[in-house]
Amino acid sequence: MQILLNGERFATEANNLDELCLKLGFVEAKVATAVNGSFVAASARPATPLAEADEIEIVAPRQGG
Amino acid sequence: MLELYGKRFTSRMLLGTAGYSSPDILRQAVEASSAEIVTVSLRRESARARTGQGFWSLIEELGCRVLPNTAGCHTAKEAIATAQMARELFGTNWIKLEVIANDDTLQPDLFGLVEAATVLTAEGFDVLPYTTEDLSAAERLVAAGCSVLMPWASPIGSARGLINKTALQSMRAYFPDTPLIIDAGIGTPSHASEAMEMGYDAVLLNTAVAKAGDPVKMAEAFAKAVEAGRLAFEAGLIEPRDMASPSTPVAGTPFFKIDHAS
Repeated sequence: MQILLNGERFATEANNLDELCLKLGFVEAKVATAVNGSFVAASARPATPLAEADEIEIVAPRQGG
Repeated sequence: MLELYGKRFTSRMLLGTAGYSSPDILRQAVEASSAEIVTVSLRRESARARTGQGFWSLIEELGCRVLPNTAGCHTAKEAIATAQMARELFGTNWIKLEVIANDDTLQPDLFGLVEAATVLTAEGFDVLPYTTEDLSAAERLVAAGCSVLMPWASPIGSARGLINKTALQSMRAYFPDTPLIIDAGIGTPSHASEAMEMGYDAVLLNTAVAKAGDPVKMAEAFAKAVEAGRLAFEAGLIEPRDMASPSTPVAGTPFFKIDHAS
């Protein structure tokens, strides 16, 4: 299936958001997630299925003013 | 002491972490500023570069309280989702709420700001809104549950200082008991002093330090300016006058003649 990962087209077979994070190597990483514009808590990722054309954001701490 | 959402701080300077030439310069600048609160953000993480993981280690080393922002958000919905991600990521209810109306001026969208602040305070966030000196918007933010307001001095990164002093003075007078932090537009230590002399509780700045020729020295300069301005406010400034008033006593002046005094 094709999703939009951080604004770029991405092909994945992950069934849910947790699996996607796992495949990307973000298991222990400090990241937060959103699907289609709404926040998804880390604890809710396994129960968050992915669908074609979903827009996924995976973010991490960064410098800010 | 500065008190924000029940937490007390000695330093009245909040420092941004963006735009430094290296992580080491950032670390030294934060130390030189004596800041106890630093602003941070969140951005898309690449599975390959994993930039955020290293930055997080640096922030943890600094030992400061972090104030995550929602920089770059243009709608209340974006700002709310960003704040929720920030809360999980940084483990804090504090959020510097930014909803930007215009990319050229980076001025706050006050309508979106109030909308987002209302939702976030209901969700238990401690919202520090980046706003303007507009009093009616400020009243709505307070009504929405904001216990701190952060009006701009001038547009972000402009280094113009306090371009609307009268309005900022009015805001200070109108909200005598609400912590007010000048956020954005501070370019020089004298701007920071001026804000503190007006009775503002703190200043938040980033670019003026990060992009200085020597950011570490500039951080120290700002720390001193903020402290001097605060001391001056606490000491009580004299009122300006239109005409001169001799500081040396007139009584007993040699060669004094009565017509000189008329």
